[in-house]
Amino acid sequence: MRLHVDLPGLQLKNPIMPASGCFGFGEEFAKLYDLSMLGGIMIKAATGESRFGNGTPRVAETAQGMLNAIGLQNPGVDAIIEDKLPFLSTFDTEIIANVAGSTPEEYIHVARQMSADPTIKALELNISCPNVKCGGMQFGTDPDMAAELTRLVKAASTKPVYVKLSPNVTSITAMAKAVETAGADGITMINTLVGMRIDVTTGQPILANRIGGLSGPSVKPVAIRMVYEVAQAVDIPIIGMGGVRTVDDVLEFIYAGASAVAVGTANFENPYVCQEIIEALPGRLDELGIDHILDIRGKAYEPTVSRA
Amino acid sequence: MEMKVEIAPQTVAPGTFFHVKTSELLRRPLSVANVESNVVTFLYKVIGSGTADLAARRTGDVLDVLGPLGNGFPLEQTGKRVVLVGGGIGVPPLYYTRRLLAARGIETVAILGFDTKTSIFYEEAFRELGETIITTVDGSYGEQGFVTGPLARVDADVLFSCGPEPMLKAVAASQIEERYISIENRMGCGIGACFACVCEAPGGYVKVCSDGPVFRAEEVTL
Repeated sequence: MRLHVDLPGLQLKNPIMPASGCFGFGEEFAKLYDLSMLGGIMIKAATGESRFGNGTPRVAETAQGMLNAIGLQNPGVDAIIEDKLPFLSTFDTEIIANVAGSTPEEYIHVARQMSADPTIKALELNISCPNVKCGGMQFGTDPDMAAELTRLVKAASTKPVYVKLSPNVTSITAMAKAVETAGADGITMINTLVGMRIDVTTGQPILANRIGGLSGPSVKPVAIRMVYEVAQAVDIPIIGMGGVRTVDDVLEFIYAGASAVAVGTANFENPYVCQEIIEALPGRLDELGIDHILDIRGKAYEPTVSRA
Repeated sequence: MEMKVEIAPQTVAPGTFFHVKTSELLRRPLSVANVESNVVTFLYKVIGSGTADLAARRTGDVLDVLGPLGNGFPLEQTGKRVVLVGGGIGVPPLYYTRRLLAARGIETVAILGFDTKTSIFYEEAFRELGETIITTVDGSYGEQGFVTGPLARVDADVLFSCGPEPMLKAVAASQIEERYISIENRMGCGIGACFACVCEAPGGYVKVCSDGPVFRAEEVTL
C-alpha cells in the first residue's frame, strides 16, 4: 500500500502510468507485460471523427529527446469505444481517456461519449497538442479559453476531468489557476514543447509538419520546474510528466508536487520501462528511508528545518 | 554487424527487422540480412550518430535489441518464379529471403541496383544462389541505369522488392502479377503504438512497423 495513490476518480495501485500518445490503446504493450501492474493508462487522444494525422516524417531525433508531429491520428471516439475499450477493460488498471477536438462542440461530444463508458475512470482534456492546425494548443495558451472549455467539458462529463497543460505559455500558473477555478479536478503536465529541426542537406525542416513537440529527457527540468510552481499555486492534484525514464525521475516529480507520474517517450526507448520503474520503486523508497510515496510530495518547496 | 541471439533461427522471417538500441534515444530499425544458427547478420550504412555508435561496437559487446518485429516476405511460392529487386541498402533483406527460397527449391532471379561500382556489396553471395543482374546508375559496373531496365525483360510470377521509395514506386507498377514491397520509414516505438511510421493506403493507412514492413504493392499508396 505504500505506492497506493487516491486521486479524483482514480484508485491507483501505484503512481505510474504511460502517457497519452506513447502507448496507443495498450494492445501492443500487452504482448510484452501484464498491463494490470500499471497504476493507470492514459490512452491515445480521441477526436469526434477519425483522423489520419500529419504527413511523414512524423518524428525527428534531438539531443536527449525527440520531436513528434503525429497530428492526433485516431479512429474517432465511437470506434475507440467499440473496438479498443473492451480490451482495456480486461485489465485491473485505471483507464484515462484523452479528449481532443477542433471546436468546443467536438470536445463536448467526445467527453460525453467517453465519460459514459464504465471503463473510463477520468478524462484528460487535451488543450495542448501542438501538432494540429485547429483547436488543440490554441485552447491551452489563453487562460480564458482554457477555463471556458474546461467548464463546458466538466458539464458534459460524468467523470472527473484532468486538464493537460501546455508548457508553451508565458505563465503556467495562470493557466493552472484558470482551469482550477473553472472546475478541473486535476492537472496533467506537461505536454510537449514546440520545436523544429532542419535537415542541413536540404535546408528544410525534417518533420513534414515542419514543427513538432519536443519530449524526452531533455524536457524534464522544464517539467519539474513547472510542476513545482503549479503545485504551490493550486489545490487540485497534478499528474506530472516530461522526460521520465527512471525511478528517480519519478521521485523528482513527486518531490516537486506531483501526486502521480506518467511515462511517455521512454516507452519507445524501452517498452518495459513502466514495469521496471514500478518494480524498482519499493527498493528505492527503502534506500531513501521513505515510507509512503506521497510522504515526499511537494517536499521540495516546504521550508527545511534549520540546520543551525 | 553480426549478432548472436538466443532464439530459434526459424522464428526470424526474412524481411523482418530488429529495433536496436544505440547511444541515441530512439532505437534503429535494422533489417535482417542473414540468419545462420543463432547468429543474425545486419548490414547497415553509417549515416548519423546512432549507426556510428553501432559501428564502434566490438566483438563481445552486448546489444539491447527488440525483435524480430514486423511481417516479412511470404515464402510459400512453390512452382512460381520469383524476381528479387533490391536497391542500395535495401539489398540485404533480399539475401536472406533468397537463401530461404532456394532452400525450398524456388527459382529466383535477382536484380540489384547501386549508384556506382564501389557501392556494390553481396554480389558474390547473390550469384551463388542463382542468376544475378547488377545495375549501376553511372554505368561503372554491370548494366547502366536503373533496376527497371532488366526488370522489364524478366519473366516472373512474383516480385519481392526493397529499396528507396522512387524505386519501389517504379517496380510496384510493373506487370508482374504478385508484387511485395518492403517500406522504410522513421520509426518511434517499432511495435505499432505510436503512429510515427504510417503510410497512406487505399481507404486509410498502414503502420510500417507492425502491418509491414512488407506489403502487397496494392496495399499501400506510395
